[in-house]
Amino acid sequence: MAVVRLRAPLSELAGGREHDLEGTTVRELLRALERSCPAVAGWVLDERGHVREHINVYVNAEPAREETAVADGDRVHVLPSITGG
Amino acid sequence: MTELLVGTRKGLFALGGEPGGPFEVTARAFAGEPVEYAMRDARSGRTLAATTSPFYGPKIWVTDDPAGDWEQADGVALPEGGDASLARIWVIVPGEEDGLLYAGGDPGVLFESRDGGSTWALNEGLWGHPTRPDWSPGNGGLCLHTIVPWPGDPGRLLVAISAVGVWLSDDAGATWRHSNEGIVPRYLPEEARGNPIAHCVHDVRRAPTRPERLFMQFHDGVYRSDDGGASWLDIATGTDLPSDFGFPVVVDPADPESAYVIPLVGALDRTTPGGVVEVWETRDAGATWASRSDGLPAGDAYLTILREAFDSAGAGDALELYFGATSGDVFGSGDAAGSWFTVADHLPPVYSVRTA
Repeated sequence: MAVVRLRAPLSELAGGREHDLEGTTVRELLRALERSCPAVAGWVLDERGHVREHINVYVNAEPAREETAVADGDRVHVLPSITGG
Repeated sequence: MTELLVGTRKGLFALGGEPGGPFEVTARAFAGEPVEYAMRDARSGRTLAATTSPFYGPKIWVTDDPAGDWEQADGVALPEGGDASLARIWVIVPGEEDGLLYAGGDPGVLFESRDGGSTWALNEGLWGHPTRPDWSPGNGGLCLHTIVPWPGDPGRLLVAISAVGVWLSDDAGATWRHSNEGIVPRYLPEEARGNPIAHCVHDVRRAPTRPERLFMQFHDGVYRSDDGGASWLDIATGTDLPSDFGFPVVVDPADPESAYVIPLVGALDRTTPGGVVEVWETRDAGATWASRSDGLPAGDAYLTILREAFDSAGAGDALELYFGATSGDVFGSGDAAGSWFTVADHLPPVYSVRTA
């Protein structure tokens, strides 16, 4: 089981900052998050199953993509990128 | 009091005031987020807003009080597992049945709600149209930005997509046919202008007392239809209009001969010609046009007015007109364009203006 760590507004939608979830890839974990917290559906993964362009995912200290492997005890951070104007 | 819902790059602003003077900000919502569009459904009193978070994607929100809490609507998404994702919601329009609303978005999609905007479903007829692989986007994307119901007839509907063109349905959206006869896409090579679905429509409004009459601001042209959109007639060439490029068009609901446009320099410029802000009016269905711009900036004002940023309230001599610019200025008229006043002048870039 890995820990998915969220920031606002996702943490508010999901009812908390940390979520223990099962999955072997980032995409599986994010789908598990959507099942556990339906209000998050569509906010991180788009209809294609892609992480939205301006959201960054890290597995522990490393940048990650949808297919990045996740192991028990990993920390998966989901946070908005530094962008805008 | 008149209330305006102004969608901006940095949130939704509700403005209230009396025609002739500056309006006050009565509510702000979605601070910092792009609000593409907001409208109030007069039937329910609910306000709906379309946001496009740069991080979390496009959403539709619903509230009974723009200053209070908003609820996210369900179903505003494309089918999962495909190769497309929803990029933006451009417009929300009441339909001709209780609780019926339409929303248009990118990539060229139409959504329908039958519960006042809480839940939405994709219009499958347009989504699965066999010509879709041949559709090309305009500069703003493959945007379905115009939805024009037929007063009193929920079966008849017109939508427009850039840069595809006009689509008509006579069966409440079950099937669609393109309808661009008479429109000349001068931005294409002459040899390619026969393509029936390469038309960059910018906006269409219907004359409610003569619903077969429509006015269109095209990418480079202004057109009229007298047959419900089956064919289109050039009403810009040879007139005094300083440019046939622009984004929005508005009509006086009391007068089917009327239309208002805001010409911009075409091509890459897309600002008010010569730094002069002018609203042009026709009262003879486009045979002649006149500038009706008393009180608008007359020099060194290079504004861009986007397609959803011009709207009206009332009719006839009491017609009120309001438009906003990407400069953050909002202007209004309480006397059918006889004179203009500044509604607000320090807002974020304005994407949409709707009277509430």
